[in-house]
Amino acid sequence: MEKIILTDQKVIGDLIPKKFSKLGMIWTGILVVFCLLGVFAYYRQLKYGLIVTSMRDYASWGIYISNFVFFVAISLVGSLITAVLRLSGVHWSTPLTRIAEIIAVSAITFASLIIIVDMGRPDRFYFLFLYGRLQSPIIWDVIVISTYFIISILLLYIPLLPDLSILLAHKERKGIYKFYSFLGSFWQGTHMQFRISKRAINILCIAIVPVAFCIHTVTSWLFATTYRPGWDSTNFGAYFIAGAFLAGAGAVNVAMFLFRKYYRLENYITQEHFDKMGKITVMLGMIYLYFNVNEFLTPYFKMKKPEEAFLNSLFIGAFAPLFWSVIFGGIIIPMIVLLFKKGRRPLPMFICGILIVVGAWFKRYLIVTPTLLQPFLPMHNVPESYKHYFPSWEEWAIAGGSLAGAMLVITIFARFFPIIPIQETLIENHEKAHHQ
Amino acid sequence: MDTNNTSRKAFLASIVTTGLALAGCSSKKNPFEEAAGEHAKASGDTVKLLSVDGQVIEVDKAFLRPVPESPVISNIEARMGIPGKKFVMVIDLARCKNLRFCEKACNHAHSLHTDLNWLKVYPMEEAEHTAPYWQPTMCMHCDEPPCVKVCPVDATFKRQDGLVLIDSDRCIGCRFCMAACPYSTRVFNWEKPDTLTTEQVCQPYSCETSVPQKVGTVGKCDFCPDMARKDELPHCVSACPNGVYFFGDLNEDSVTNGAETFRFSDLIKDKAGYRLMDDLGTKPSVYYLPPVARNFPYEQGVENEKEKS
Repeated sequence: MEKIILTDQKVIGDLIPKKFSKLGMIWTGILVVFCLLGVFAYYRQLKYGLIVTSMRDYASWGIYISNFVFFVAISLVGSLITAVLRLSGVHWSTPLTRIAEIIAVSAITFASLIIIVDMGRPDRFYFLFLYGRLQSPIIWDVIVISTYFIISILLLYIPLLPDLSILLAHKERKGIYKFYSFLGSFWQGTHMQFRISKRAINILCIAIVPVAFCIHTVTSWLFATTYRPGWDSTNFGAYFIAGAFLAGAGAVNVAMFLFRKYYRLENYITQEHFDKMGKITVMLGMIYLYFNVNEFLTPYFKMKKPEEAFLNSLFIGAFAPLFWSVIFGGIIIPMIVLLFKKGRRPLPMFICGILIVVGAWFKRYLIVTPTLLQPFLPMHNVPESYKHYFPSWEEWAIAGGSLAGAMLVITIFARFFPIIPIQETLIENHEKAHHQ
Repeated sequence: MDTNNTSRKAFLASIVTTGLALAGCSSKKNPFEEAAGEHAKASGDTVKLLSVDGQVIEVDKAFLRPVPESPVISNIEARMGIPGKKFVMVIDLARCKNLRFCEKACNHAHSLHTDLNWLKVYPMEEAEHTAPYWQPTMCMHCDEPPCVKVCPVDATFKRQDGLVLIDSDRCIGCRFCMAACPYSTRVFNWEKPDTLTTEQVCQPYSCETSVPQKVGTVGKCDFCPDMARKDELPHCVSACPNGVYFFGDLNEDSVTNGAETFRFSDLIKDKAGYRLMDDLGTKPSVYYLPPVARNFPYEQGVENEKEKS
């Protein structure tokens, strides 16, 4: 642990949100351009129908759905960093909680948006509430995702309250000040308020763990409740959750590196944080690898007829290059690198994080599409374009736009709110000073 | 999920799409409007007709009205089904040579998009040294339909007469049912059906005729319950010159292809009828008779396949 004790003024000065530098402006600009491109592509999709995608009757779900699964997976990190570590009495993760929570909120928001994009009739979205049938796993997903969204928002908001009052004390009384005061002027920092907020956070942390398990388990059931080879698996819920934790940890590794670099937070996100997150990532990688072996080895051993064509398409067929790249590049190689102490330094951690997140995105694609291209009855009597799937530019633009949008939300949040909890850092500093 | 945000989005989207849907549709157009009452004047031209009680009567031509082909079935009735019926189909694989008249008749009757077929004839061969045969497939109208289980909005439903139908005015286009169906029988209207007439576009959708198909929704074989209401056979059955398809009612224990009528239970017993992928537990309503003592060699179907493509 860093032994330097920082003064309160320094902490507040370091952590208070600052205006974008030139680099920040360029970054935000690029994200906005990608978002606008996605919006334009979606406008075309609304106008002409889903025909602008490359999805057809066999590959009836494509990168929209895999992107949705990816977002749900990433969002699970909020519960991991905030709740699981907090409940197990770990304190080093405090500076990372807000990063994890904003990733969770932004990812789950875009998960819901992308699912509307995938709908053939987005104008009937409200039918889900008007005519929803509880026996459909989609309705389960609607229920658990909205619950998770609300808990995540609260877990982001409540710990933000003391920081808002710090912001109110240190910012000029104009523009954004009104927004801060709208959000948090009722917070006086009384003993009672701290007690209530601590209790509320504890309750939310306990509540979010089962809900987090539910969102990804139910999402896996969208696939596992069908008969299709590759999806018809009792392993699917656990397999998805393991993958989600790994993807989320990868995302946190990337985000903590970038925030540390850009906002010069070396005193707050330390070498030690990278080291510990690296160890956690290795553990999550091992768990995910275990579930992958589980998922593929036993059907490969038996080679039931419907599974055979599917497994061959992954292992040696059209999807093999992507499949092996994901297994090695997205799981095994980062895991091996992070096993070494030198591998857990900020830069290698950042690179491994990117490998894990990109691998996770393509892994979702490999879960969704190859299965659909292996129907029980042969593909017959359809136009040639129905037999393959490669996303159209509109699909890439929309998927890319949604990813850019999620990052934009995180960027803008960091522009207006402290990305490292100020109040909690101050308290920990005081405690440390007390011990010395 | 951010419901506030998303419902506003849905609302905006609804403006866009309803705008699209309305374009080209003039206000409620009644096809019988011109012949309607008050404006008709006697033309002096008469025609002889047979009245309901068997008398020959003479009527002025100007007063003739076309009678709608079948009574309008409300959405609630269409969702209930025909009481006392349990529809089944029997497909005799020994008689099929991949003529695909069935497919053509079906596509025409339902004005399907040119890329889509509800009825497909598959070239099947179980394993390397087994006999190939032609297998027509359609919706199996399962008694444990996986598609109905997963539908989030009750757009696809099971009726008391055994049919699984789709309400295209309800379908949100999530395509979960397509992933759930092991028979790959469901198709999606990726774009507006290119074969619809203006009149069809404007007519209200009926779950029993499945017309008009709508962009962004799922479609599939409906066993033609509108024909059953008229005591007629589904289009595929009457279009097949080889009598491959037998349609009927399990409660009456009879099936017919138009020319021949069999006791259903005898037919299944005598010819060892079976159902497709019965091991999945879907309990299909379509039965197959194995391709033994065939009327045509398999190769004849291959020639038909080449001609079609």
